[in-house]
Amino acid sequence: MNRSEIIENYSDIVVTKFSSKMWSTFLVLGIIVYLIIAILSLDILQIHKKWSPERASLFALDTYAHKDHVTMKWSKPDDIIISFEGSRWSQYVGPYQKSDGLPERYPEWTSIGPEGETKISFKNGGFANLYDDKVTIENWPDTQETLVFRLDAQGKPYVENIDNLPKWIRITENKIEVRPSLYERVQVYSKKVEVHRYNLGWNYFWFDFDSPLEPYGIWNAISLSFSGDRVDPNISNFSLLIQEFLNNDMWHHGQILWALLETIFMALLGTLLAALLGFPLAFFAAYNVTPFKFVRTILRRLFDTLRGIDFLIWSLILLRAFGPGPFTGIFAIAITDTGTLGKLMSEAIENTEEKQQEGVESTGANKTLQHRFGIIPQILPIFISQTLYYLESNTRGAVIIGAMGAGGIGLQLLGAINTGTSWENVMYMSLLILGVVIFMDTMSAKVRRALIGDETLGAELQLAKMVKK
Amino acid sequence: MQSSLPENLIKIENNLKSLTRTRSIYSFLSIAALIAVIYSGLIVAETGNATSIWVGLPKFFDYPIDLFVGSWEYGYRWNLLLLEYLPDLISTINMALFSTAIGTLLAFFLSIFSSRNLIKSKTTVLIFRRIMDICRSFPELVIALVLLYLLGKSALPAVIAIIIHTAGALGKLFSEAIENVEKNPIEGLESCGASWFTRIRFGVVTQALPLFLTYTILRFEINIRASTILGFVGAGGIGEQLYTNIQWKYEADTIAIMFLLVSTIIALDYLSSYWRKSLIGLKS
Repeated sequence: MNRSEIIENYSDIVVTKFSSKMWSTFLVLGIIVYLIIAILSLDILQIHKKWSPERASLFALDTYAHKDHVTMKWSKPDDIIISFEGSRWSQYVGPYQKSDGLPERYPEWTSIGPEGETKISFKNGGFANLYDDKVTIENWPDTQETLVFRLDAQGKPYVENIDNLPKWIRITENKIEVRPSLYERVQVYSKKVEVHRYNLGWNYFWFDFDSPLEPYGIWNAISLSFSGDRVDPNISNFSLLIQEFLNNDMWHHGQILWALLETIFMALLGTLLAALLGFPLAFFAAYNVTPFKFVRTILRRLFDTLRGIDFLIWSLILLRAFGPGPFTGIFAIAITDTGTLGKLMSEAIENTEEKQQEGVESTGANKTLQHRFGIIPQILPIFISQTLYYLESNTRGAVIIGAMGAGGIGLQLLGAINTGTSWENVMYMSLLILGVVIFMDTMSAKVRRALIGDETLGAELQLAKMVKK
Repeated sequence: MQSSLPENLIKIENNLKSLTRTRSIYSFLSIAALIAVIYSGLIVAETGNATSIWVGLPKFFDYPIDLFVGSWEYGYRWNLLLLEYLPDLISTINMALFSTAIGTLLAFFLSIFSSRNLIKSKTTVLIFRRIMDICRSFPELVIALVLLYLLGKSALPAVIAIIIHTAGALGKLFSEAIENVEKNPIEGLESCGASWFTRIRFGVVTQALPLFLTYTILRFEINIRASTILGFVGAGGIGEQLYTNIQWKYEADTIAIMFLLVSTIIALDYLSSYWRKSLIGLKS
């Protein structure tokens, strides 16, 4: 048979009908038209105007690097302040008199030059030198000469070497900014000079700036806790280690870990409560268990209402009643999921096979025993796998409820983002959330597999399979 | 009478009895443990909460009652508020629809590369699975908050956040669906010399399409809720209106928005469960 014969004889199979062709064409056209409208209405094309790579890269830098500030006021050139992230509470070097010599604690990248200037060495091999009346930059990339910054008679900063300035120097009316790469930055103002020096990594992650254990580092501190003399005579090294770690002033480990626990706790307790309420209620909403239509209808509508009023609105209502705290999260999750689990389980109960129940009935068992041995074994796998699935998605939900005011890690994260400066904390918390959600996900998948075999399918599919059986 | 039974039968019966006893003890213990966990959890929560549960529970209906009283006082023009906030609702739905569409597309590509029966290289599968895991595990809110800070307040950050989450969540479900398809059509196509793309188009997609659509519709419903919540933190749409009106204590407006939201969600719920059931042949 050649092609034309096939088409002639089997036209109903081979040839696509014109109407169905038209239908799919219209569908595709409709989708394309919608996408264009959506792109226009959602301002997707404006993304390049809003997206500033400079800001984003600064933000990204802040998540994995930290910076040290060196500040000198022109009016008091003797008082040089060297601090971590510019914080008043973590100064390596506070205001001091140069004539008294260098203070005890100074970073290794600062030194005093031959003329009494403070030299700051950068990773690019260059130096910034702070003199009493000028600031110089030497040995920086792209420029051979030493750049000198001074204040003019009006008190405005200017550069002496006006010819062939490198591109990375930006001069505005009140400020000169030198930034050859993301990692070093010198700003000369009319009142002060500020030098930022970036380092990779999360500094003071284990112990904060003022901690007595800070000079030891984490590994030495751990080995100290098992042996060695007491760092603080009043407390054992191990307790000191735990205490200093949890009370870290920069990373707030104690607070954040507690918030994380609170979030997990909300999700866990909410899901358990929902399971405890939803499972028995589902029996009363299934027609093959409860003969009273009146009860079934009321329960069905109740499930729909609990589910339909979104968990957002439930948590708003609960926030008014319980205030910030775990109850809001627990009850918002429990209420919504009682509806969802109840509806799902009542459908599953209605879809169970009658034969098993009849078999139990034939032994003379009463109704309760029939349900216990005829229905529960059939729906238990679905119930457990669904509950575990909700546990995982509720962990994410608890973060969101937390951010809306219930507390926990969500609120901490919102706070850190709103300050706009502690991006390393934002990163830290995001990683913690990510870790917990992935942990919950793998754990629930493992438990599910151990309990009900290799069943990874969603509820809908399980239901579909049950009916087709 | 028992003595007349053969000895092994008595043994079996005793064995069965002890088994039943152990099973019932186990189930009793697990239920007791569950209740104990919940009870002690509630006690812990009681200490951590700002308001005690016994103070809070009676106040449960205070806010809803306030809302209803406020909107009653607002009078008959309340209906017009529904019309006033309709455009915001539409913009929220638009956000959800667009991000579901793009997210589904991404999820489809991700899922193809993370299905073991389509990709031979184990590393590729592993890498794509990890990508999906990470996309899925971040709550939309976290991504949206960061992007809102970077891009300023608009719908765009919410759309991007929902797209990322949708791509991860749907991608996983899609790849499960793909891995569960029948092998025979694919092998048949392969035996005719069909290319990789043709095999996917006619061997995989045709089989998995109903499931894909089912999951997508379900996701659309979830995304509407998500875009409302993201509106709360500054993505616009009805969520933002809800937030503002709650702050200003405009009860009538608040309840109008809640009414719109709940009716949309319920309508969508019915519609999607109808579609889903008809797609996987559950419709009676």
